[in-house]
Amino acid sequence: MSERISAEAVTKVARLARLDLTAEEIERTTSQLAGMLEHFADIDALDLGDVEPMAQPYPLVNVFREDVIVPGLDRDEVLAAAPEAEHGRFRVPPIIGLDV
Amino acid sequence: MPGAIQIAAGVRNGSLKAIDVVEQHLAAIREREPEIHAFNLVLADEARTSAEAIDAAVAAGDDPGPLAGVPIALKDNMCTRGIPTTCSSRILDGWKPPYDATVVTKLAAAGAVVMGKTNLDEFAMGSSTENSAFGPTRNPHDTSRVPGGSSGGSAAAVAAGFASVGLGSDTGGSIRQPAALCGVVGVKPTYGYVSRYGLVAFASSLDQIGPFANTVADAALLLDTIGGHDPMDSTSIPVQHPSLAEAIEQGVEGLRVGRITDLPEGADADVNERVEVAFDALRAAGATIVDVQVPAFTFGLTAYYLIAPAEASSNLARYDGVRYGMRVEAADTNAMYGVTRAAGFGDEVKRRIMLGTYALSAGYYDAYYGKALKVRRLIHDEFERAYRTADVLLTPASPSVAFPFGSKGDNPLAMYLCDVYTIPANLSGHPGMSVPFGTGAHDLPVGVQVLAGTLCEPQMFRAAAALERAAST
Amino acid sequence: MSARDGLPGDWQLVVGLEVHVELATVTKLFSGSPNRFGDEPNTNIDPVTLGLPGALPVLNRQAVELAMRIGLALNCSIRPCTFHRKNYFYPDMPKAYQISQYDQPLNVDGYLALPDGTRIGVERAHLEEDTGKSTHFGGTGGRIHGSDYSLIDFNRAGVPLVEIVSRPDIRTAEQARQYVTELRAILLAVEASDAKMEEGSMRVDANVSVHKPGTELGTRCEIKNVNSVRSIGRAIEYEARRQIDLLEGGDRVRQETRHWDETDGRTHTLRSKEDADDYRYFLEPDLVPLAPSQQWISAVRAALPMLPGARRARLAQATGVAPDSEAAMVVVDRGQDDFVLAVGTAGGDVARALVHVKEAWADSPSVPAADLARLTTMEVSGKLTATQAKAVVAELIANGGGDAAAIAEAKGFEAMAADDLGTYVDQAITENAEAWAKFCAGEGKALGALVGAVMKLSRGKADGKSATALLQARRDEG
Repeated sequence: MSERISAEAVTKVARLARLDLTAEEIERTTSQLAGMLEHFADIDALDLGDVEPMAQPYPLVNVFREDVIVPGLDRDEVLAAAPEAEHGRFRVPPIIGLDV
Repeated sequence: MPGAIQIAAGVRNGSLKAIDVVEQHLAAIREREPEIHAFNLVLADEARTSAEAIDAAVAAGDDPGPLAGVPIALKDNMCTRGIPTTCSSRILDGWKPPYDATVVTKLAAAGAVVMGKTNLDEFAMGSSTENSAFGPTRNPHDTSRVPGGSSGGSAAAVAAGFASVGLGSDTGGSIRQPAALCGVVGVKPTYGYVSRYGLVAFASSLDQIGPFANTVADAALLLDTIGGHDPMDSTSIPVQHPSLAEAIEQGVEGLRVGRITDLPEGADADVNERVEVAFDALRAAGATIVDVQVPAFTFGLTAYYLIAPAEASSNLARYDGVRYGMRVEAADTNAMYGVTRAAGFGDEVKRRIMLGTYALSAGYYDAYYGKALKVRRLIHDEFERAYRTADVLLTPASPSVAFPFGSKGDNPLAMYLCDVYTIPANLSGHPGMSVPFGTGAHDLPVGVQVLAGTLCEPQMFRAAAALERAAST
Repeated sequence: MSARDGLPGDWQLVVGLEVHVELATVTKLFSGSPNRFGDEPNTNIDPVTLGLPGALPVLNRQAVELAMRIGLALNCSIRPCTFHRKNYFYPDMPKAYQISQYDQPLNVDGYLALPDGTRIGVERAHLEEDTGKSTHFGGTGGRIHGSDYSLIDFNRAGVPLVEIVSRPDIRTAEQARQYVTELRAILLAVEASDAKMEEGSMRVDANVSVHKPGTELGTRCEIKNVNSVRSIGRAIEYEARRQIDLLEGGDRVRQETRHWDETDGRTHTLRSKEDADDYRYFLEPDLVPLAPSQQWISAVRAALPMLPGARRARLAQATGVAPDSEAAMVVVDRGQDDFVLAVGTAGGDVARALVHVKEAWADSPSVPAADLARLTTMEVSGKLTATQAKAVVAELIANGGGDAAAIAEAKGFEAMAADDLGTYVDQAITENAEAWAKFCAGEGKALGALVGAVMKLSRGKADGKSATALLQARRDEG
């Protein structure tokens, strides 16, 4: 298997993606991603210098809505589906290590 | 059982009762659903209630609409107000959307009766429904084999007679491949043809909703009903689509059918053989066969497996245990994210989130995601060139007939290769559909894929209808 | 504040400001929920606001129009642009990504002219969505650190924002204050935002660094939570001194985000940029590109009102004061400049009108321009002293207008001949010999007593300025 991706890189990606993977999962993912990236190297042979990237299939532009109020959702219905709610708001555990 | 067109006609003129149609389908569900597991949720009571309302409307002289009384199976990634929508994921288990997807609203307005929410590979990531958190769906033609995926539940439901028609979503082949494996018609329209509002996103620039049906005509009727511009979806194409039900009345006389001479190899011989017969059938029906080249076709897999996971990694970040769905408690919010998402997502979803996050991350964007977008353009442009000389193209829909459970082993790439023929149309945005065209190995269905240019659904359906006629003779 | 902003040695301050303003739309940037401050929590919500599965954004046309007004008012070019996703996890960010503009923003390459004419470059002014609001409970009372839990309100999530990013052209804390004040005046003028710093509809982050002229720029720190114009200057001054102390102590400045604490007057480390998130920007696939037509841009430009800078210039031109004089600043800020100019149109003296308007009214003047015009005419023709004129203005205000000449007559104000003033001045010199001697010896303070004596002798009819001038003339005659 190639050295296309390291376990350290996979650990960092798991942290970015907020996925708590076990050591065994990190190891397996590293090997699977390495295998895929090896396969995906097929496009390295293409000459893509002048090619415009394509992010969307159909070329639309300037799609708007008017600035008009549309009835929204009922707070009680929405909060009833929340894992935890209090005083009309969503409750979460302490926010640390996330400051932006 | 009658098809959707016959049901709707019968219900509208009063010769058929919607409630009887629903009961027939519920009987089929009772009989085989325990074995097939096409549904995450069967909506028996709701189906009866809407059928009775439709019958009452007809009795009162009202027209319930073009799909009056037609039983439909909905993939469980389309939002239904007050009815669980799980994406076959633990992370959304029990979540009831407070709103309806646009297609759901359109179906209700057209008089369709929703029979249930169908199983899928978790968040539509897979080609076998083996990735469902609620267990796999079995292929009605051979229950030791997969129905394909990710819309395996809808395909199986239509094939097993649990519903007259179904809706799936197709990001890389998730309608066409299961349609092929289950022996039904499956359509991925042009990107932007059907509103994505209320479709739980997998890869936003690739996802498209489309019909499953037993006949090309039924598929046309359903697509005519759900298609069209939606102001709630910015990527929805603002045009009036021509009637496909009318288009299929035309034959294929003069239609230019393209053969991709540099198509990637890898399809089984039985499948290739049926595609050859399909070319012959269209030629016999008056079409011309032309050769085209799409050299970048083969790079579709790589482009797709970088772009789709990248978008998915962002689309699935919202499942964070804050507003809805599952939460695993932890000491702080950041820790809660990590344990909730680790427990809520299955292996394949995690793998794609990891791959997509990596492809977008600092230092790798240009080498992976950025490059994949250029390959996407290349593929798009090559198809556009091909459609200057051909109206439609024929390829296999799936490299093989339905395969046994577990046969792809632990190597994700082996499963990814199931989509090799369907992926390019998602990248380019062009329409494609799978039409049942006889059988291959083990007497299992083979699907032929018909591809066409942007908004060239009429030509695609004409070719598909001609294949259907040829297959039945 | 000195030219170098009071920095020790030859340290030079370099500041760039990032200002977020909430747009005054009726609804949110991508959905139809109300954009309204102060409502009950989680009442302005919809599938898009909450990031529900399957929800899709659709761009609010009016938000684009308001963003274009801001761009044009800041002399930017409006460009075809795109939206990106900025991916990061935070509980008040519903989708775990913010829809923003990245490498192709709507407005680019403009500038804001400070009242003294100094141009501060505006790199870009782009559209993005606001986040929800977290409130922290337990622990040490409202602080995020050490809290027991937090509650989230998504009413603000999805509210349209324009982020205005200045170039690092600001050199003093005073300039930073002026920039924010002027920007706020522009935003109010074009009605793009209510720009209330205390309600958070205008939020300022400052990128601060110090260096010695001729050397490369220093490491910068981003200062957040600057919630008033006053604290902008304080926070920048504090931060500059902190960085200089570090550097002069042989230490280095670490690149980080710092939080301004109004109560202790210091900045505190919020997080180090070195472990900053990797935002994985990519084109938002649920939205299409935005390319305002030339026609639309021209229409927005044509509908822009005259901006504060131009109004000050116009007033300065008419009255002879400097555009950045206090009078011009205050009167334009209060929107009284049109009235001052109307006094001129009515045949009055605009320079005197400027003084009266600034002194007499905090908001819209409450008398007809023609009445004030008559008063200023009497003033400049010497029929009324400044003190008398002020009294007549008070009477005009009390009556909601009136004939200045009649009021002056009723009050017994009459023109004082120059000869009378000379008599009073000479009498005052004689009666206040000691003060006169001190004044002649160069003690400026003695002037007050002499002028006071003149006023007393004339029973208030003398003009203080004329008296001063005459006293000085007498002294210089020796």
